[in-house]
Amino acid sequence: MSTAVFKPSKSQLADQSDGASNYLNAGFSAKSWLLTVDHKRIAILYLISITLFFFLGGLFAVLIRLELLTPQGDLMQAETYNKMFTMHGIVMIFFFLIPSIPAVLGNFLIPLMIGAKDLAFPRINLLSWYIYSVGGLFTFAAIVFGGVDTGWTFYTPYSSTYSNSNVILVAVGVFITGFSSILTGLNFIVTIHKMRAPGMTWFRLPLFVWAHYATSIIQVLGTPVVTAAIMLIGLERLFGFGIFDPKLGGDPLLFQHLFWFYSHPAVYIMILPGMGVISEVITCFAKKKVFGYSFIAFSSIAIAVLGFLVWGHHMFTSGQSVYTSLVFSILTFLVAVPSAIKVFNWTATLYKGAVSYDAPMLYALGFIGLFTIGGLTGIFLGTLAVDVHVHDTYFVVAHFHYIMVGGAIMAYMAGLHFWWPKITGRLYPEGWARFSALVIFIGFHLTFFPQFIVGYLGMPRRYHVYPEEFQILNVLSTAGATILGVGYLIPLIYFTWSLKSGPKASANPWGAKGLEWEKASSPPSQYNFEKTPVVTEEAYDYEPTIWLK
Amino acid sequence: MNKGFQLFPEQASTLAAQVDYLYFFLIAVSLFFSVLIFFLIYVFAVRYRRKSEQEVPEQIPGLLKLEILWSVIPFLLCMVVFVWGATLYFDTYSPPKDALEYYVVGKQWMWHIQHPTGQREINELHVPTGQPIKLTMATEDVIHSFYIPAFRVKRDVVPGRYTSMWFEATKPGEYHLFCAEYCGTKHSQMRGRVVVMEPADYQNWLSGGVANEPLEVIGEKKFRQLACHTCHVDKPDARGPSLVGVFGEPVRLQNGQTVTVDETYIRESILNPNAKIAAGYRPVMPTFKGQIDEVGLLQITAYIKSLTKE
Amino acid sequence: MAHEHAALQHHFDDMDQQLEASTLGMWAFLITEVLFFGGLFAGYLIYRTKFPEAFDLGSHELDIKFGAINTAVLIGSSLTMVLAVYFAQLGQRMKIVFFLFATLVLGGTFLGIKAVEYSHKIHDGLLPGPGFTFDSPIADQVRIFFSFYFAMTGLHAFHMIIGAGLLSWLMYNAWQGKYDSSYNTPVELVGLYWHFVDIVWIFLFPLLYLIGRN
Repeated sequence: MSTAVFKPSKSQLADQSDGASNYLNAGFSAKSWLLTVDHKRIAILYLISITLFFFLGGLFAVLIRLELLTPQGDLMQAETYNKMFTMHGIVMIFFFLIPSIPAVLGNFLIPLMIGAKDLAFPRINLLSWYIYSVGGLFTFAAIVFGGVDTGWTFYTPYSSTYSNSNVILVAVGVFITGFSSILTGLNFIVTIHKMRAPGMTWFRLPLFVWAHYATSIIQVLGTPVVTAAIMLIGLERLFGFGIFDPKLGGDPLLFQHLFWFYSHPAVYIMILPGMGVISEVITCFAKKKVFGYSFIAFSSIAIAVLGFLVWGHHMFTSGQSVYTSLVFSILTFLVAVPSAIKVFNWTATLYKGAVSYDAPMLYALGFIGLFTIGGLTGIFLGTLAVDVHVHDTYFVVAHFHYIMVGGAIMAYMAGLHFWWPKITGRLYPEGWARFSALVIFIGFHLTFFPQFIVGYLGMPRRYHVYPEEFQILNVLSTAGATILGVGYLIPLIYFTWSLKSGPKASANPWGAKGLEWEKASSPPSQYNFEKTPVVTEEAYDYEPTIWLK
Repeated sequence: MNKGFQLFPEQASTLAAQVDYLYFFLIAVSLFFSVLIFFLIYVFAVRYRRKSEQEVPEQIPGLLKLEILWSVIPFLLCMVVFVWGATLYFDTYSPPKDALEYYVVGKQWMWHIQHPTGQREINELHVPTGQPIKLTMATEDVIHSFYIPAFRVKRDVVPGRYTSMWFEATKPGEYHLFCAEYCGTKHSQMRGRVVVMEPADYQNWLSGGVANEPLEVIGEKKFRQLACHTCHVDKPDARGPSLVGVFGEPVRLQNGQTVTVDETYIRESILNPNAKIAAGYRPVMPTFKGQIDEVGLLQITAYIKSLTKE
Repeated sequence: MAHEHAALQHHFDDMDQQLEASTLGMWAFLITEVLFFGGLFAGYLIYRTKFPEAFDLGSHELDIKFGAINTAVLIGSSLTMVLAVYFAQLGQRMKIVFFLFATLVLGGTFLGIKAVEYSHKIHDGLLPGPGFTFDSPIADQVRIFFSFYFAMTGLHAFHMIIGAGLLSWLMYNAWQGKYDSSYNTPVELVGLYWHFVDIVWIFLFPLLYLIGRN
């Protein structure tokens, strides 16, 4: 811990000759924000919206954990509880996790990283934020009018025929938001293909950009399918279409296929950008070229492609044919390999580095730890006979929270801390940031590790009341959730504080490589660069290089 | 049911120990890799911590041999796990020939179970040890999932079709029975208990219950009550095909295709008679949709199964 | 950069880059659309295999005349669209407007015929829902056919309506003289979109109208 806790070092602080124009002081009216086509301002709009949804989803999580403190249903009715976990899932997945890193950090950074003035389609970028907001309003309206109780998976025929809650309103919300995600992905693909600065070849791109390219492919190919499936649920409820209704000869399992065809790749929409963030943070705080650049880059693409071929592993107990299950199981194991490659390469990057423990690095190291556990338990679930036992139990709940909270949100926090000085031009209190990283790490394990145990014991997920012998593990989990909640509130406070009172940041407070640090000011000017940068070196080129045979 | 604090579930079926061995193997592999990675990160982070702000370490762009090593080893391990898991899974799909057949119908929010001997239970399942038991399952409404953690078995029950699973209990005792697929408001109350008994105790329990008729007898009554026997008689000129000895056998259809008579075909032929008509018969049978529920369907199926030649 | 084109947006270096980006964007969007319809086509194929007789029956209820005329109308509209793009590249203002208008009229004709067809079907009680009536032992399965019929043609018609909106917008701009040989990207892109929507219909027509008639 070389740097003193509250005092940024000299290189981190901006020169006194400040006050240059930047994207933040380019206009102060509401219109200059709400009608902006600047990717950086749109990123801020997203940051505000997803933060609201994150704390809304978090509120539902708190209520769920409080209910599960005791085996009886004493805090709320079963009906209310079912709505809580449904809304928690829908808000967190569709309105927080999927847009989180791409729409905030990706939006802000991709043009800066590749040396472009903006995304290829700035107006479509703004449009996708408005679409997201309209989808969010529908979902919010559904919550206000009494919520929805189908589970975020909308399994038919419960969602299409039996549920009495606001399924259509939420379906419309998710449907609309899907287009926002498609448009963001489309924008990134075109931008990465066509807007790179002179000299910025594909293999000089930061891995963050590669990860977002892979993510965008999934968004463009996967999202429309779930959108179609959700549209069919809406039509089924409105007109009684019968496509998923077994009473009319329809097949409820078709919905599961269509749903998971998107929703499994959607997991990679959440985790791949996170992996991109980790590659940036690890290299910067180890002052090292990333180990195995092309392996990390291509493993992102491999994950995106293979991710489309594994959806059936959500249906091992559903009654799909044995042979179908065998194929999906083996493909699931294949997708594990590129994830393993990434973890090993990040670890090797630290070897002989110059490692410092600034807050973004602590979050990134936490990510590797949690993602490793999340990934390995994914192997358990891909294993047919074991999955039969743990499917739809808390084991699964623990697993995907290790990936989505332990992985995606840790990475989001790492990225937010890393680029906060770039985005806002302000430094946050380093000591508090490290403290919150630690609190989140501890709180997370305490919340979700017991769920692996209670899951293997057989406690099914989505249970409002449960047998008494599971109580102790549930109490531990709730205690952990309290710590985790505090861990997320601390950054909210110091980030807000830093906006006004944080010390001004220099252009490159971490001594990092990359166009956004080396060629743009903090915060960047309205059109990003004074003049279009020319790239002459590979990513993470911290001299000198030795070559291993 | 052990009401105290547990860290590991009871093993009460022949499958349980086998699944657990695989689970332990997975834990061992996971521990090895987690500890390896945590250890390396810790060592590198401490050993190579930054000593001055200007420090620039030697750069190492990568090493192909290492990349291959850490791609191939996880891949091979994964294949071992895949084969192991798939073999076990395959077994769970093929019940032994001598399995006793029980019928399960899920309904929001309870389980209805019928023994081959006619006993009916709600949210309870009594089974003997040492006897393979096959469950044929249907649901009246939404998707449910029949889950007995102590046996390590689970299978979704999907509307519009039959699913099945089997197990052989090994240890007398009481175990949880859960619905594992979210099915609406009282999903978490759709649970019960599985009572495993020594075969002798099971026989006692059977005889101690309300005198019930065997399932196929109940099925036969229902068969007559719905007047199925007026057409489906074992005569050459009958309006409907004879049902004697057809179960498990192939039957030729009007459109030239052949299907095997199983639970699903019988169910479809009762609810939607004209979907697959046996060759040589006219589509005159009315649908019985609305007149018979899943329980009744299973009873009639049991009756048809019992109709063997001579 | 000798002289900057008025239509060049600030974040592009030159018109070529802007054109390439826009075209790639439209293609990526069309891939999304393929997957969007693809989900429905996959569902259609599954049920068609499951209930071949019902799908034949349902198919016979559709009026092949309407379908065939509409197919011809759409193919014609693709031709006029191509001509509009061609004249946009040549920068002949009045001809762009004329052929865009022709495309719009043909698109409108298609939608008009579709509306007549829908009203017949609804009148005959073939719209899935409480009012659905069909006299057959496999009526439930025929209802699934009509669910796909309405979902797929409805989604297609929705795309046509959006296309009509885009054509009107193009016509207004073309009238204002915004497109010439150096800048006609919007015409070209809407052209791509319009052809895509036509191609979807080229798949829908045989799958829905013709399958029962061989």
